[in-house]
Amino acid sequence: MTTDLAARLDVNAIDYTILGIYFAIVIAIGLLARRAVATSEDFFLSGRALPAWVTGLAFVAANLGALEILGMAANGAEYGISTVHFYWIGAVPAMIFLGLVLMPFYYSTRVHSVPEYLRRRFNRPTHAFNALTFAVASVLTAGVNLYALGLIIQSLLGWPLWLAIFVSAFFVLIYITLGGLSGAIYTEVLQFFVILAGLIPLVIVGLSAVGGWDGLKEQVSQNTELGGAAFSQWGGTAVGNATNPLGDWIGIVFGLGFVLSFGYWTTNFAEVQRALSAKDLSAAQRTPLIGAFPKIFIPALTIIPGLVALVLIPKLGQQGGPTYNDAIPELMAKFLPNGVLGIALTGLLAAFMAGMAANVSSFNTVFTYDLWRPYVVKDRPDRYYLQVGRIITVIGILIGIGTAFIASGYENIMNYVQALFSFFNAPLFATFIVGVFWKRMTPWAGFAGLVSGTAAAVLAYLSLNNKLGVPEIVYIESAQSRNFWGAIAAFVVDVAVTVIVTMLTKPKPIDEVKGLVWGVPDPDNPDAADAQNVRSWWESPKVLGFTALGITAVLSVIFL
Amino acid sequence: MSETDEEVHAKSASRGLFDLRWLIAGLFLLYGVALVLIGIFDSAAEVQKADGIRINLWTGIGMFVLGALFALWSWLRPLRADAPASAAAGADDTSGSDRPASDV
Repeated sequence: MTTDLAARLDVNAIDYTILGIYFAIVIAIGLLARRAVATSEDFFLSGRALPAWVTGLAFVAANLGALEILGMAANGAEYGISTVHFYWIGAVPAMIFLGLVLMPFYYSTRVHSVPEYLRRRFNRPTHAFNALTFAVASVLTAGVNLYALGLIIQSLLGWPLWLAIFVSAFFVLIYITLGGLSGAIYTEVLQFFVILAGLIPLVIVGLSAVGGWDGLKEQVSQNTELGGAAFSQWGGTAVGNATNPLGDWIGIVFGLGFVLSFGYWTTNFAEVQRALSAKDLSAAQRTPLIGAFPKIFIPALTIIPGLVALVLIPKLGQQGGPTYNDAIPELMAKFLPNGVLGIALTGLLAAFMAGMAANVSSFNTVFTYDLWRPYVVKDRPDRYYLQVGRIITVIGILIGIGTAFIASGYENIMNYVQALFSFFNAPLFATFIVGVFWKRMTPWAGFAGLVSGTAAAVLAYLSLNNKLGVPEIVYIESAQSRNFWGAIAAFVVDVAVTVIVTMLTKPKPIDEVKGLVWGVPDPDNPDAADAQNVRSWWESPKVLGFTALGITAVLSVIFL
Repeated sequence: MSETDEEVHAKSASRGLFDLRWLIAGLFLLYGVALVLIGIFDSAAEVQKADGIRINLWTGIGMFVLGALFALWSWLRPLRADAPASAAAGADDTSGSDRPASDV
């Protein structure tokens, strides 16, 4: 599909050397990080010892996988600057809310994972259901990532698909099995800088070639089908007759900006895990806030290449031409000389591996702490669970390889599966947020809400995308808008069931939920002493959070 | 569990984790120098490919500067400088945990 059309890069020995050095460094990270792993908590949560700048950059880098980069450049080419909705309204507010409001509920309760929070706040069935769906979803997503990585290596470098899959899986296996979460996080931070070093030159050369920002505006407006609409974020978002490619504003604000975004950033354990590995509560709070600053500016590195490619790459996104996903690889082939080309290629491959590694490192944690230890083999020494973690990492990667090969045979099925998983966060977020702010919410309301919300998410996805074989009840033109409305439906069903079941069942004694819900502090809060530490003003979560929000607001007005 | 959480916590080797800043510094200084050299010797055709910009040279300079900044930061504020703060924070959970566990 995409493979046959993407540009083959003209790589030489210089580029391969740059790539080789990076992979050698990644192995070195695994070996060096291994010396810092003696307990299961070292392996799964880096011993809760990392500084905020590391966890903060890893927080944003875990999301900056190559699928995200290529996909957002594709959106840039297809939709124009409306794509910033995925960043400014669809990420930054949720990251700030996580840092300022929700983080103490995760960090100060010393839970190891998001499912463990659900066990303490609700009950074991809720816990088991969430841990199981998360484990399955993340290991399959890792496989999809691996397949995508194999495809891109195949198309850019001409390697056979199977070789590309095995080589990349091998590197991820080495640095995670040895170094655990520290290995994953350190690699993510390194990858973050390398991908910037690859994308920034691409943006500079691309903009120069179209005559700067004004030249880009003029050429997109006059010479492409997208036209001047490419430069309006909120144009055409009226409810009822939305012409904006992302649909109406209710879908954008509540579906994307509230349910999907808050669901992903505040309850997806692959993200939250990065904050839990921070060395103290303040560092954990600052993790998503530090991550928010790069997130504000990353659209410049994805949307601009997308639009430049729309102008300069003939037939991009049309019949017989390269797909929108090829925007960045096509520009790399067109503009980058050997040297920088190697850097950009390294950044792209590193981003793919990081995407897979984030899934694997959250999968092994949930499997060991939330499935194996509580339900299968209990009460063993810590060393045993460290061993389990290493073994399940290998098994998880093997399943990922298997998934990647299945995906290569049934590409469409994998697309559906991946889209489906993106819905799982919506009901989880509903259950989580009601549980935090409503202390009366009962344990069985947690379970019933989560299960019915998840079922609603699956049904909404199938019916809105016309997969049930019956005509859809409502027809929504934009595929993106269908996702937003599907998420809203799952959220509403979850909350409604939660409220009804809470009325019918018995809440937990208030003593059991202290520290877990809003307004019921834990008198033995382990971070109470830490809060007394005097810190510099720039380490204040509030200053960081509101600065990020202010910058986003100003930029939103400028690029209205 | 056969050990208490505190006992396990005391065994943590996480303090033995190396300083990532040196690694970033090393990699970017190396890439930076390499790209600057490649950039200086770029042929006219290669410069033309990048719309007339010596992109290898400029990227190399940028990466070198970033590497140098990381080296400077880790040299001025070594990792151990903030160790007392976290040791003090850990001191109230167990009496023996303020000594970092050595490498395993």
